[in-house]
Amino acid sequence: MSDKPASDKPPPLPEDARPVPFRGGGFRPKPKRFIGPLVFIGLIAFWEFGSRVGFISALVLPAPSEAFDAFMNLVHSGLLWKHLSASLQRLVLGWASGTALGVIVGVLIGLFSLARSSLSPLVSAIFPIPKIALLPLFIIWFGIGEGSKVATIMFGTFFPTVIATYGGIDNIDRGLIRMGQSFGLSRASIIRKIILPGALPAILSGARISAAIAIILLVAAEMIAAEYGIGAYILLAGSLMATDQLIAGVAILSVLGLVIAWLIGKAEKYFLKWRA
Amino acid sequence: MDLSLRHIRHSYDDVEVLRDINLEITQGQIVCIIGPSGCGKSTLLRIIGGLERPDAGEVLQLGEPPADCLNPLTYIFQDFALLPWRTVEGNVSLALEDHRLGAAETAAIIEDVLARTKLSDFRAAYPRQLSGGMKQRVAIARALSVRPAVLLMDEPLSALDSQTRELLMDDLIDLWEKENYTAAYVTHNLAEAVRLGHKIVVLSRRPGEIREIVEIDMPLSARRADNPELEAIQAQLWQLMRDEALAADRELVDV
Repeated sequence: MSDKPASDKPPPLPEDARPVPFRGGGFRPKPKRFIGPLVFIGLIAFWEFGSRVGFISALVLPAPSEAFDAFMNLVHSGLLWKHLSASLQRLVLGWASGTALGVIVGVLIGLFSLARSSLSPLVSAIFPIPKIALLPLFIIWFGIGEGSKVATIMFGTFFPTVIATYGGIDNIDRGLIRMGQSFGLSRASIIRKIILPGALPAILSGARISAAIAIILLVAAEMIAAEYGIGAYILLAGSLMATDQLIAGVAILSVLGLVIAWLIGKAEKYFLKWRA
Repeated sequence: MDLSLRHIRHSYDDVEVLRDINLEITQGQIVCIIGPSGCGKSTLLRIIGGLERPDAGEVLQLGEPPADCLNPLTYIFQDFALLPWRTVEGNVSLALEDHRLGAAETAAIIEDVLARTKLSDFRAAYPRQLSGGMKQRVAIARALSVRPAVLLMDEPLSALDSQTRELLMDDLIDLWEKENYTAAYVTHNLAEAVRLGHKIVVLSRRPGEIREIVEIDMPLSARRADNPELEAIQAQLWQLMRDEALAADRELVDV
């Protein structure tokens, strides 16, 4: 016996020997750094170039530099912060209350037969209604002030959260609940320690969707007699055909969306670190 | 504490799964329940522990569980049933939290059961970081932490590869040698049954009825895999089960 590990002695190679063709791999996109920002920069550069050269008419689409000038005007006039703080306040209030209520109702639907049979058809019936269509009603119900604006966002974020939450609860491994019962855990303990943590991944991915919906509805909400707010700024720019301001406002919303998605990503990393 | 099963009968909708089961589970004994797949062994175990209500018959506790016992009837599941968002330590403490023992006592119990299952070094690990065998050891530690009077094990080794199964079976035997726990052990693996069972209950295919009860007097520590006496018993059990298993295999599964 030698020290070398045992192995078969390869036979002499015949004429027609060839390697086995590779046919695995793929189907697994990996994130590549810098590609995303590069696409952004490339697109904006092309747009700016087109505007300068003239094949994109200023009437059709203002140059990015013009939109940036409009944005800087906003900054220098001090109005940016006024618009942004008004919008953020509505967004945070509406989204937080909509999400909180949505989680509560979602848990009820997820746990109780009565709530499920009574509320889930209601949710299916109201979810697809465009909330913008209900604006006049909201104004009557909640007044022309902040109430109707917050209510629009709240209403819009409530339904996707309900659906995400009870979907998450439905998908919890029944074996874990049975385990909790077998150790004599109280109902409250099972809900708090098994059901809610188990539904959290679904609730957080629901939060991603509802945050985007909240931003979409912000513009709709600020159609209601708003003096300040990014949505109000965009609407005013639109009615004055000030397309450079319009683009600047839309870009602000887009950045807002990116920031919120990043924050939710951070929250997922923190709360779901057990998922690897 | 002993358990006594009297005339247990159960159906799911129209399908009768258990028929007139009478069985004694005596303190300090491991009772293995074997039978072809779909014969209602797992249902029977859930009925024994009060997770499912039988259509007829009852499971009686004879005598009081020991005073320090926190959860008399405690399960060990085939799929481990560990919370993925809790560490090893957190999974054990889940079973203790509702008993309001105080932080010091809880910590002492966790320390003790992790040491007994050789998991002390892994207390901060999450389930996803552990192998199947380690996960099942965590589940065993969690079960031991509540000082059960009877352990109810539902195919605890079936999700593991054969080497791990062998190691964990040795652990279960060692543990029994030290603590003489009482257990009902459901399995479809005859080799496990003859290694661990003081009493082996053979169920027929659906509807499950007790076909035979085989008692093995040999002490657990003396049982080796190649012992001729055990092999003879295993062959005898296989004879009993073979036809049932064959017939069960050809049945349509509707439940």
